Amino acid sequence: MACIEARGLHKAFGATVALDGIDLRVEEGRILGLIGPNGAGKTTALNAILGLTPYQGELRILGRDPWAERDQLMRDVCFIADVAVLPRWLRVSQALEFMTGVHPRFDRSKAEGFLAKTTIQRKSKVRELSKGMVAQLHLALVMAIDARLLVLDEPTLGLDILYRKQFYDSLLNDYFDRTRTILVTTHQVEEVQHVLTDLMFINRGRIVLNCSMEEFEARYAEVTVRPDQIAAAQAFKPIYERQLLGRKILLFDRVDREQLAQFGEVRTPSIADLFVAVMGNQPGMAQGAAL
Amino acid sequence: MSSQSNTLPASFEPQEVPPAVMANTRPLYWCVRRELWENRAIYVAPLVVAAVALLGFLIATLGRALSTPDLAKRLTVLEEPFTFAMGVLMATTFVVGIFYCLDALYSERRDRSILFWKSLPISDLTIVSSKAIIPFVVLPVLTIIVTLALQWVMLLVASLVVAGSGLSVSAFWANVSIPRMTLMLAYHLFTAHVLWYAPIYTYMLLISGWVRRAAFLWAALPPVAIGVIEKVAFNTRHFSVWMLYRFAGPQNFDFPRAGNMPMHMAPLDLAGFFSTPGLWTGLVLAAIFFVATVRLRRVRGPL
Repeated sequence: MACIEARGLHKAFGATVALDGIDLRVEEGRILGLIGPNGAGKTTALNAILGLTPYQGELRILGRDPWAERDQLMRDVCFIADVAVLPRWLRVSQALEFMTGVHPRFDRSKAEGFLAKTTIQRKSKVRELSKGMVAQLHLALVMAIDARLLVLDEPTLGLDILYRKQFYDSLLNDYFDRTRTILVTTHQVEEVQHVLTDLMFINRGRIVLNCSMEEFEARYAEVTVRPDQIAAAQAFKPIYERQLLGRKILLFDRVDREQLAQFGEVRTPSIADLFVAVMGNQPGMAQGAAL
Repeated sequence: MSSQSNTLPASFEPQEVPPAVMANTRPLYWCVRRELWENRAIYVAPLVVAAVALLGFLIATLGRALSTPDLAKRLTVLEEPFTFAMGVLMATTFVVGIFYCLDALYSERRDRSILFWKSLPISDLTIVSSKAIIPFVVLPVLTIIVTLALQWVMLLVASLVVAGSGLSVSAFWANVSIPRMTLMLAYHLFTAHVLWYAPIYTYMLLISGWVRRAAFLWAALPPVAIGVIEKVAFNTRHFSVWMLYRFAGPQNFDFPRAGNMPMHMAPLDLAGFFSTPGLWTGLVLAAIFFVATVRLRRVRGPL
């Protein structure tokens, strides 16, 4: 069974189309990055997946209809939203008690173990914690849930570099076990590049790119071309060109790396560069303005 | 998961996944506790009012009662505050209930914590029920407990004064009967505060789940506006009279009110109360508001 399965997923707010017929299939055990500019429909897609908003079309999460069965689904799905959403009046000890009381798959000793690695005090209220500590607390609560799908919506927004690095490290080392599925949206694409197994670009409610990271590495190549060979390199139809320190960098899709090697050093592009290239070619999107 | 727990030397019990099916009442129980964590005014306000009432009573006994030479009047001074304290506590928990309901489904959207609560396997029905349980169960029970505690302390102090005055303590106790007052309080809370006011609380819950700001204004203005429009347009007052009826209760039998609660027990007219049509319209309205609130909780997100 696929973890996420969508066919013709559609959602409009009045005249604004947020999701324009999305077809999607995410198998279990993947880490999918959903990348898109602001207003692309990322949050709407996540809300539909989490049962927070009604939609048109077909959507099955772990075999369930999220809008009709949100409370059942949430036994197997957990969620960290863009900014800290833990209520400010909640004490750490109360959060642990409450989760133990309401969540059948919450393992309190596990959460205690994660919290022991932090400086968070049991009797502190959320309002007394720093932003980074609130993220640590939320992550500790969520990682102690034996869930099958974890949805992260801009989980590291507003955190400093140390906390951001630590966040993904804990997620990979202490949580991900190749049977769980993680769906993450972020603008900090560089920090998830080596975490993801799958990549999806979304723009104006449509999927504009959907590939595994192996495909990504096989398909896309970036070359810093020597000035005298630019015309020759351009013959291979790069999907994107950019200028860096006076040198031209060309991005190619499905061009043999050995052929490209004659123009200069061939690298796998960063997700950010590919994103700019793909989004820059989208109608109505100024080149390079997307990130 | 198992590889994780194996590294913890302190855990002796087998790390099994907790049963996926829990008793349905457990999430509800924890949601009610959660409400009490968030809204401490629910129990702090009655306790503060009880403390203030006790202070007033001490002044009344030690000051006014002891300086009244007429022993019959002295007894009256000692007896009067008992029902008054009861009424003040009831009024307090009613006001607490109204303000609690107006904030209940609004604050979680305002601070975005609704995204956290909705990420847990708790149905909207359970959440709204846990919030309705506060005015319908927790506040009435709390009113009785706090009133009982207050009245026992008052009785103790008053008895000392009565005995010191050379009067019969047992006669005083027969006159100020705490079991009788508690029964009356429970009757009043159940009929008036729980059943009669049910549409008021659920209306407030509905408003709190619906508004984007200024919940109190949105709750208060529509009834006032309808009354004004009716008066100006048709020069009638049916809606205002009806609203007054919803707050003041039916007049055709002795509907107990805080202000005029008799010291001595009026016969409990449950049959008369339950045959009032207004009660049943109110309960139907309350049910409609409740269902609408549950449906609204489902579609509402953070503000």
